Amino acid sequence: MDHTPPPFFKRGPAPLVRLFFFASLSLALLVIDARFRYADGLRNWLALAAYPLQRAATAPIELLSSVGSFLASQAQLVQENESLRAKALEASRDAQRYEAAQAEAAQLRRLIGAQERLEVRAIPAEVMYNGRDPYSHKLFIDRGATQGVRPGSPVTDETGVVGQVTRVHALVSEVTLLTDRDQAIPVQVMRNGLRAIAFGGGGAGTLELRGMAANADIQNNDRLVTSGIDGTYPAGLPVATVIRIERDAENAYARVVCRPAAGVDRGRFVLVLSDDTAKPPRPEETQSAKDKTRRRLRDKDGTVR
Amino acid sequence: MELSASHQILQPVRMSTIIASFALALFLNFLPWRDLRLVPDFVALVLVFWCVRQPRLVGLGVAWSLGLVTDAGNGVLLGQHALAYSLLAFLGIWLSRRILWFGAGLQALHVGAILIVGQAVSLLVRLAAGNDFPGWPILVGPLAGAILWPLVSWALLLPQRRQVREQAI
Repeated sequence: MDHTPPPFFKRGPAPLVRLFFFASLSLALLVIDARFRYADGLRNWLALAAYPLQRAATAPIELLSSVGSFLASQAQLVQENESLRAKALEASRDAQRYEAAQAEAAQLRRLIGAQERLEVRAIPAEVMYNGRDPYSHKLFIDRGATQGVRPGSPVTDETGVVGQVTRVHALVSEVTLLTDRDQAIPVQVMRNGLRAIAFGGGGAGTLELRGMAANADIQNNDRLVTSGIDGTYPAGLPVATVIRIERDAENAYARVVCRPAAGVDRGRFVLVLSDDTAKPPRPEETQSAKDKTRRRLRDKDGTVR
Repeated sequence: MELSASHQILQPVRMSTIIASFALALFLNFLPWRDLRLVPDFVALVLVFWCVRQPRLVGLGVAWSLGLVTDAGNGVLLGQHALAYSLLAFLGIWLSRRILWFGAGLQALHVGAILIVGQAVSLLVRLAAGNDFPGWPILVGPLAGAILWPLVSWALLLPQRRQVREQAI
């Protein structure tokens, strides 16, 4: 007979103490992650641990869709083939025109001594799944740092801009959609070149132009393209179409609501653009701003890998 | 005297059962659901189950680690699910003696309340971080979890029961 107390009494610290411990640990992590982004290294490791399960979880859906496409009917295929051929014809015509225009633009740029633009490199990627967080609009793609995706790269599909890469793990990247509340993109009205900034509309799946004067020259069905002045998005990509304008006499600003051009949360394949355009040097900064930037840069160097 | 399922004699649980159940729950959570608000959080459900059944094997440490993996996998703030799951585990352990006294329906009622508290913690964290309120459908997930509770507890107790039957033969 041993006389140790029954295991019932050996429970370590009381559950309430443990709760306090883990709750404060979580809160500390939350603050570190939300405020300083120090936790990105830890996040990358955890994401790698979750990757096999994520991959496995998307596999059955992929299998279903591939079986579905295998069983596609003859008529459907013929129809699709026809429409694709028509599209290809159109695309090749556009490509020829584009090449001519690009050569011309390059020549003009050389004439005025502007820096030549480098080619935009595109990495094709497949959407693994839509953002699982109901609080924000994101999606995950199956290309990561190992395939050359970098944070900040714009993401498009065949009809327009989808969003921007906000986090890059080893094999997966996270794309924040244009419709996310915290996402902004500089745009230009195609009709008259008016510049504006489009913000995500949150849950509604729309975009909103903020700070537009009530008398600004903007109409329903105006098409918005990227203006390219932010140095992130290449110029001229379709972004959205204006669907509603509310001009209110009490308000100095008009409320402009737009519908995104791309199938922001529908498509299965996207392109990650990496724009290697030589950027002009940043304007001179004041001393305090410079210190801040340096600190930020140092923080980044300290944490990213 | 047969009060509830808790009074059946069960084989001791095997660690592999617990690990497999958590892996399966994570897998179910990572399925590409259309709208996550309407889907129960399977990890939370399984976590509450083991905290109620085996408070000495599964506790806050496990809950916290699972929360971190969920956070990284979902690309949300690190610590959001960790905090919520820690609280879920605590409530599960705290109420374990009480919950097992009831039948499946009343157990589900308790579990629903626990899951709603967990969801509320997540919501508070996101609102504090500056996100929008995602709408009332957010309550559907925990309620669906509560409805699934009898099924989940039956399925997770199956390995222990089967062993008993095998021994009897």
